[in-house]
Amino acid sequence: MLDFSYTVWILLIPLLMFVVVGLFGNRFKPLVSGIAGTAGLFVIWILSLVTAYKYFFVLEKAADGSFQKFLAFNMRWLNLTDTLHIDMGVLLDPISVMMLIVITTVSFMVHVYSIGYMDGEKGFMRFFATLSLFSFSMLGLVVATNIFQMYIFWELVGVSSYLLIGFYYTKDSAVSASKKAFIVTRFADLGFLIGILMLSFSTGTFDFLTLTGANSPAFSSGTGIMFLGLSTMTWSMIFIFMGGAGKSAMFPLHIWLPDAMEGPTPVSALIHAATMVVAGVYLVARLFPIYIFAAPVALDVVMYVGAFSSIFAAVIACTQFDIKRVLAYSTMSQIGMMMFALGVSGYGGHEGLGYMASMFHLFTHAFFKSLLFLGAGAIIHAVHSNVMNDMGGLRKYLPITHATFLIACIAIAGVPPLAGFFSKDEILAAGHERSLMLYWVEMIVSGLTAFYMFRLYFSVFWGKDTHYHHTPHEGSKWMTIPLMLLSIGAMFAGFIPFSHLVTTDRLPFQAHLDMAIAIPAVLVGLIGIAVAMVFYRKESNIPDKIYNALGGFSTAAFHKFYIDEVYLFITKKVIFNYVSRPIAWFDRHIVDGSMNGISYVTNEASERIKKFQSGQLQQYALVFVSGVVLLTLLFTYLLTN
Amino acid sequence: MLIMRHELLLIAITVILLIVEIFLSNTQKHKIILPAILLMAAVTVIGFIPGTPGILFGGMYQSTALSMMFKNILNIGVLIVFIQSVDWLKQPQNKEKISEFFILMLSTLIGMNYMISAGDFLMFYIGLELATIPVAALAAYERMKEKSAEAGVKLIFTSALSSGILLYGLSMIYGTTGTMYFADVAPLITGVPLQVLAFIFFFAGMAFKISLVPFHLWTADVYEGAPVNVASYLSVISKGAAVFVFTIILYTVFYKIAVMWSELLYGITILTITVGNLFAMRQQNLKRFLAFSSIAQAGFILLGMLGQSQLGMTTVIYFALVYIFSNLGAFGVVGIISNRTGKENINDYDGLYRTNPNLSLVMMLALFSLAGIPPLAGFFGKFFLFTAAAKQGYYILVLIALINTIISLYYYLLVIKAMLLNNSDQPIAKFTSDGYTRVGLLMCVAGMVIIGFASSIYEMVFNLSFGLY
Repeated sequence: MLDFSYTVWILLIPLLMFVVVGLFGNRFKPLVSGIAGTAGLFVIWILSLVTAYKYFFVLEKAADGSFQKFLAFNMRWLNLTDTLHIDMGVLLDPISVMMLIVITTVSFMVHVYSIGYMDGEKGFMRFFATLSLFSFSMLGLVVATNIFQMYIFWELVGVSSYLLIGFYYTKDSAVSASKKAFIVTRFADLGFLIGILMLSFSTGTFDFLTLTGANSPAFSSGTGIMFLGLSTMTWSMIFIFMGGAGKSAMFPLHIWLPDAMEGPTPVSALIHAATMVVAGVYLVARLFPIYIFAAPVALDVVMYVGAFSSIFAAVIACTQFDIKRVLAYSTMSQIGMMMFALGVSGYGGHEGLGYMASMFHLFTHAFFKSLLFLGAGAIIHAVHSNVMNDMGGLRKYLPITHATFLIACIAIAGVPPLAGFFSKDEILAAGHERSLMLYWVEMIVSGLTAFYMFRLYFSVFWGKDTHYHHTPHEGSKWMTIPLMLLSIGAMFAGFIPFSHLVTTDRLPFQAHLDMAIAIPAVLVGLIGIAVAMVFYRKESNIPDKIYNALGGFSTAAFHKFYIDEVYLFITKKVIFNYVSRPIAWFDRHIVDGSMNGISYVTNEASERIKKFQSGQLQQYALVFVSGVVLLTLLFTYLLTN
Repeated sequence: MLIMRHELLLIAITVILLIVEIFLSNTQKHKIILPAILLMAAVTVIGFIPGTPGILFGGMYQSTALSMMFKNILNIGVLIVFIQSVDWLKQPQNKEKISEFFILMLSTLIGMNYMISAGDFLMFYIGLELATIPVAALAAYERMKEKSAEAGVKLIFTSALSSGILLYGLSMIYGTTGTMYFADVAPLITGVPLQVLAFIFFFAGMAFKISLVPFHLWTADVYEGAPVNVASYLSVISKGAAVFVFTIILYTVFYKIAVMWSELLYGITILTITVGNLFAMRQQNLKRFLAFSSIAQAGFILLGMLGQSQLGMTTVIYFALVYIFSNLGAFGVVGIISNRTGKENINDYDGLYRTNPNLSLVMMLALFSLAGIPPLAGFFGKFFLFTAAAKQGYYILVLIALINTIISLYYYLLVIKAMLLNNSDQPIAKFTSDGYTRVGLLMCVAGMVIIGFASSIYEMVFNLSFGLY
């Protein structure tokens, strides 16, 4: 067997970069810290590619012909009891290897891009240090060998994302966005933690190999009906999914994602397009055997939440004007599709089509969505605005951005032969086998996706000829080269035979391109594009007319269906008034009062005993001897009684 | 390997330094610094080579895996003290007596090593004295300063008293059992009143070393008067060695009267933690402050002793290890600032972060570790101590200890607040520390962080303590 223990360096190098750049970065020119961080990422990118090559093509298969699932590196970290312990290590299986590629590729591209994009920003070094921290945490999350390690890195990801969203910490909106993201995902993580506790309580282990293995204790224990007609295992998996839904911005925990766009755009490309937001999908995929065999109800929850989120977000995306927000909602919608695909999936061979499709889509989506975000960054960099209305006709000024952005748009719209077509087709095929209604929902989402992406594309690059104060121009080579590289991924990632590599039981199967599904899907996509073209290629008033014709619905969609307002109402009006106020009163008067009392007593006591410390040697000796005498008397008394 | 190699190596380098000292003229004394540190470092490294446990001199001297590990810990601690002292030793008033510092400290370390390895009360007593008397000389090192001289005198007088009482206790043990060997004494301890009296005398003597209330009164005055590096040596190395030996003797010699001494420890623990904390709150002088905080910390160690098991022993040693690094870190910062500016009060530290951010960060980490804030080593140290005590059913005691932890957090945070949040018109001016200080502090920080994360150290101690109780 090949030695994979070097994979631990994929984690250690970014950590080292974080420490080095974080501590010593300010001793050098900013560019040095940027280059250092990027170089570190380059090394682990190569390492990941080598690992993937060795894993998929060189490593021998297990006895039944499946890809092996094994610990490449393991270290016992904390012993809780003889059987329960927390390990730190690297688990390699098809999905973790795939995620290594996704994360390191996108992260490397974003690093390179950021050298150009963040040039001259205050805190350049801090930016790169935090990016390294993020890469470390995200990589640690995907290679986690046990659910506890995953949770630790899950939280680290949350922290580094908080730091990055709030990068412009002098800007109020950025600060509140970072807080919002942190609090909402923390709230979701509470569910995750409860789920972990329930799961490990009933199974007695944290270990993924045991939990998802053939004879998992999760399949047998905790399956009796416990509460509200559902088993412990179902509840725990629903709670765990809550954590995943928080990170992956699923309805109704999605409200942080649009606001998180306050962070620098490369951050959005890395965290909010390709890596952190798919952590929830990855989590469900990681625990998939438990979902399918021990908690099918929880898997249905995943399916419905995913499907609803995808259409919900797609509708909102059509009404937004801030280009990054359009992309944010688009991300939410695409992740909803991935969740949906997991939800409809079965297990083993062709049954597991949905699982494969979900991972496939995660993979291709990473390329075109990060490309879209980086393209948006280039646009914002050129125009100094986020709002579509300030733009138009940019294709003349930004030829490279225009070309790569167009490729990404076609890819996400699902037009063959670009990447998005293949993965989306598999999702629709999987959905078709399970539920016809949800299949049509996803079909509509596809159409909407094509529409809002091309709405964005046409209004930015075509549309009205806007007059700009400064002539927009392309960013430096640092920025354009990653765009071009990613667009290669967006074009060709779809040709990877995923069903031979990433499947539920790790056995390859043959996935067919079903024309009965592919043709309508492509048609729907093309219709979406066509409608967008009619509406937005030239300036016209048709969109406004339709917007007005839909009346309340479109207003509601524009206001994101007032979900934020609902949250505000619940927190500010209900929780603050009826829960927090009384608690605050109790805290201020009863708790603080008793604490003040204690501190007064403590102070008094320390004042009183002060005189024992007089500095007089005789007195010290006296106290010493009296202590001995007192103890002697006390113990002779105790012994004689 | 030689059974007694730790001691022999230390004796060898002491002799080497003594000889070198003869050939150095008064203006050249500083040349001894680097060789002394390098020799000490070499001894520390050699100490880690695994050796065979064994018994010498018919059981008077015994070396076990556990005692060897503790000697290694002490060696590291002394090495850090040496490194941290360089800046102070180079000052003009100390120039002529630099070598004395190293030789006296090595002598006490040799004493401690013999004390740790003693298999007999006499050996133990000799080691104890050798570990104490040179420290008194060290406390009076800056003898032209009134306070330093006073500290030396106070230490020698009070420790004479305590040694007298301790020796009295030992003689009564001999009187009731007819032997001084630990292994022979242990089965003969039956708890007759005379043995109880003997034990209390012995306890008082040890409590003096560890500065438990009410035998602690010397601590603050001596720490304040003595040079910072000597104070840190006293609070960390001397105390650590005494704690270790005390625990071993309680577990191996007096285990038959464990019911009695656990009651005694119970009361003393509450008293020590509480009084230490209450005094620490009021201190302005940082050396006094750290003195009282170290008294409170010693009280926490007693909690682990009450654990009365392999677990208890492990937690005590682990905490001692953590405490060595944290306290040396805090003392190291206080020392360098006192050398450079002569300022030792908490309010002198106002705004220190703006002028000397790195020192403030080290101080902050050290205080956080002492206060027990995760993920620093201090948290795990306290956590394990509490677990050990709770396993024996001392819930009320653990609760009291927890409350005291909160109180201690208050005064540790006061210092951190002064450094980070307070503003000052005349903050301590910015200065650059020398290389030695940096290395010393870096070792402390590394210790605090690494011990917190590497659970294997705890496992190792746990395995070594097997079969002791």
